Amino acid sequence: MDSSTLRYSLDLVSGNGYTVSGEQRAALHTSLQLLKKNYRYTRVLFWGKVLGLKQDYYIAQGKGEDEMKDTKFLYSFNCMEWHLLPPADARMVGDVSKAARGRFVGDPSHEYVQSRLQGEEEDAPAIKVTEEKRLAVTVHLIDEEASVVPRGAFTRTPHGRVQANRSFEGLSHADAEKLDNFLHFAKPKKLKKKFILELADLDPAIDFLDSLSDHIPNGQWSLQLENASSVCVIRSLLWLGMTFYHVPMTPQHGYVYMGDGCKNLDLPFML
Amino acid sequence: METRHAKNKETDDQRKLAAASFKAFMLKDSTQSHLNLYDHLARLLTKVMDERPRNAVDVLEDLSFRVKRDLLQADSQSTLRDLPLVTASQTLAQTQQELFSQVDEIDPDEELVESALPNVNEISYYLEQAGVGLGREETQRIFLALKQLVASKSPSVQRCRLWGKILGTESNYIVAEVEHREDEEAGDGRPEDAPEDGEVEAEAADDEEKEADALPQSTHKPPPAAPKEANGTGANRCAYYVCTEPGLPWAKLPSVTPARINAARRIRKLFTGRLDGPISSYPPFPGVEADYLRAQIARISAGTQVSPQGYYQFGEEDAEDEPEAPRDGYEQNPDFEGIPVPKLAESLAHWVHHVQHILQQGRCAWVNLAAKPEEEFDEEGEAEEKEEEPDEPEPEVGPPLLTPLSEDEEILSTPPWSTKMSSTLTPQYAVAVLRSNLWPGAHAYACGKIFENIYVGWGLKFAGEGHMPSLPPAPQTEYPSGPEVTEATDPSLEEEQALRAAIEQQEATQEELESLEGDEEDEDD
Repeated sequence: MDSSTLRYSLDLVSGNGYTVSGEQRAALHTSLQLLKKNYRYTRVLFWGKVLGLKQDYYIAQGKGEDEMKDTKFLYSFNCMEWHLLPPADARMVGDVSKAARGRFVGDPSHEYVQSRLQGEEEDAPAIKVTEEKRLAVTVHLIDEEASVVPRGAFTRTPHGRVQANRSFEGLSHADAEKLDNFLHFAKPKKLKKKFILELADLDPAIDFLDSLSDHIPNGQWSLQLENASSVCVIRSLLWLGMTFYHVPMTPQHGYVYMGDGCKNLDLPFML
Repeated sequence: METRHAKNKETDDQRKLAAASFKAFMLKDSTQSHLNLYDHLARLLTKVMDERPRNAVDVLEDLSFRVKRDLLQADSQSTLRDLPLVTASQTLAQTQQELFSQVDEIDPDEELVESALPNVNEISYYLEQAGVGLGREETQRIFLALKQLVASKSPSVQRCRLWGKILGTESNYIVAEVEHREDEEAGDGRPEDAPEDGEVEAEAADDEEKEADALPQSTHKPPPAAPKEANGTGANRCAYYVCTEPGLPWAKLPSVTPARINAARRIRKLFTGRLDGPISSYPPFPGVEADYLRAQIARISAGTQVSPQGYYQFGEEDAEDEPEAPRDGYEQNPDFEGIPVPKLAESLAHWVHHVQHILQQGRCAWVNLAAKPEEEFDEEGEAEEKEEEPDEPEPEVGPPLLTPLSEDEEILSTPPWSTKMSSTLTPQYAVAVLRSNLWPGAHAYACGKIFENIYVGWGLKFAGEGHMPSLPPAPQTEYPSGPEVTEATDPSLEEEQALRAAIEQQEATQEELESLEGDEEDEDD
């Protein structure tokens, strides 16, 4: 969620249970402003919290001119001193998925060693991964797989740059109850071929992203109206802890992740 | 001079004429929408003048579209009147309005009596320090809804507590824990469901016997189910009430049975938010979502309700009566001094469980079902094995009440609890916070003489690497296999011929023997 909306949006998202204490909120306010100035970001978002066994990581996201391509992640323990996370590439993702197991410990230099079965041949040394890399990969995956924006909030200019839509007035109450009107803020994996009837309503500047209802497994998003039906809250069941909020008929929207950073692979059993 | 003047006038006139004709062109109504360009541009520029948007030229198309759209809406509403639609949020607001109504005048005497209502405001303040919360407005509404609950159940309520919130896919549950007084028999919300095995099968057996060809009766007797614990003891110590939104009526959850606890241990399901929703899982859960919810609440309470050591102490009556039976009663210690916060945050030995551990059987107090001897062991903590006759099953014993948390076992190399102080910048006023890793979402805080537990989560236990569903049981033997039932292979042709040849030979030798004997007898005579 945007750093300028922290004061009211944390209240709207806290239906999930986790929130940020008053002291940390004040610290976030100050430090995110400084981050914006030092790194020259266009926008700085408080991305969320990854809970570790000993300490929690607070994650911030800085966005440049293009909302989708220029993003950087930073982490901190006390919401004041921020460290840059390395960008996650395919090789890092592969290493982390082989080596990292269990919960986050809370120590960025903790090393995870790939556990081998006894019969396996040791042709290559066991892969080692630090917790910092694991954090970078986890944050990158969550952002790619579970970030949500309402339809119309972002537009794509003819040059291909993605920007916030200043004329976005918010979804209506009826629209906010349909999962189709929420899009996934990542490079579209498969922009579904839509029927001609649907194409009539589409606007290529707005509908350049995948919709949430296209995801497999079906039912991994839980859409609810909370807080006396004034806020539309979408929770991801695949990454437990990812919460998106939108107040209908206003341009307020945002998402935050507060959880243990583990993908919920048991989802097919749970639905 | 005059001609130049005249010429200028001519060009001016021409320009004016061109302008007038262009204006007429702009004023021409469009054949499709009956709007004209002149009026539209005038409206657009008026809008820009009034609103003064930044970089208006970049959003000009949007502004133009909006002007047209507003025009259209104004037109269509002229002859038709809108039916006022009552949205769901308005209905909810109506219900929630009752929360804020003040019922009676406050009696000055009542203020001195201890209310069963918890001070949710204080609790939510400390929880916010700990990083846990439900949102300020929502907490207020929950507070008022709890007040409604206590008022409606007033004479029998001894203590009421906000237990927490369980998230669901369609809607969430807010759970309140109520301890009724001992003399009140708090009945279940719905009639007792028939015991799982006996009656239904007996009826079916009767029907079958009346048939002409009675099918063979199965001699399978399912093992007797452990009886559930009485209200007020063990896992049913408190009653739980849930509601989906504060303001809606509270529903009482049925009491929990050991069978349901054991079934809940083996499945992993998310809640939907409908109390009567079915639970389709393997192994099949005996009940609906309300039962599953109650079983999970019982497991979470048994595993994560903790308090600082010394806050509760055992009552003096049941000290020496039955050293074997688990101690059930505890009471608040009036001499509790409070443990300093840094100590609480450092080591787990200063915290104790104050809810009884649920045994493998599904109950808190073990019941001897006189089944075939089984070796049971507990999930966490020490198992004290008593030496008994080999025929008797060994009673299960769990960790006794008020065991410190340092005795809790690790699950898959994850420590069961994480501790921290709520603030490092002002440690003299900080709160000690405990977070459970076994049941993610269970929190406890303590500061001075006060403490509280809360659970906000999905109602699922930490499964480590992944959930391992139970496999279907091995097929059972239906009948004892003996020689008359076992199938033998038919003898082949060669074997039969060999057998026949052997029999013929035997007969032939026997005839010879008989004839020889006959000769011998003749000779003897």
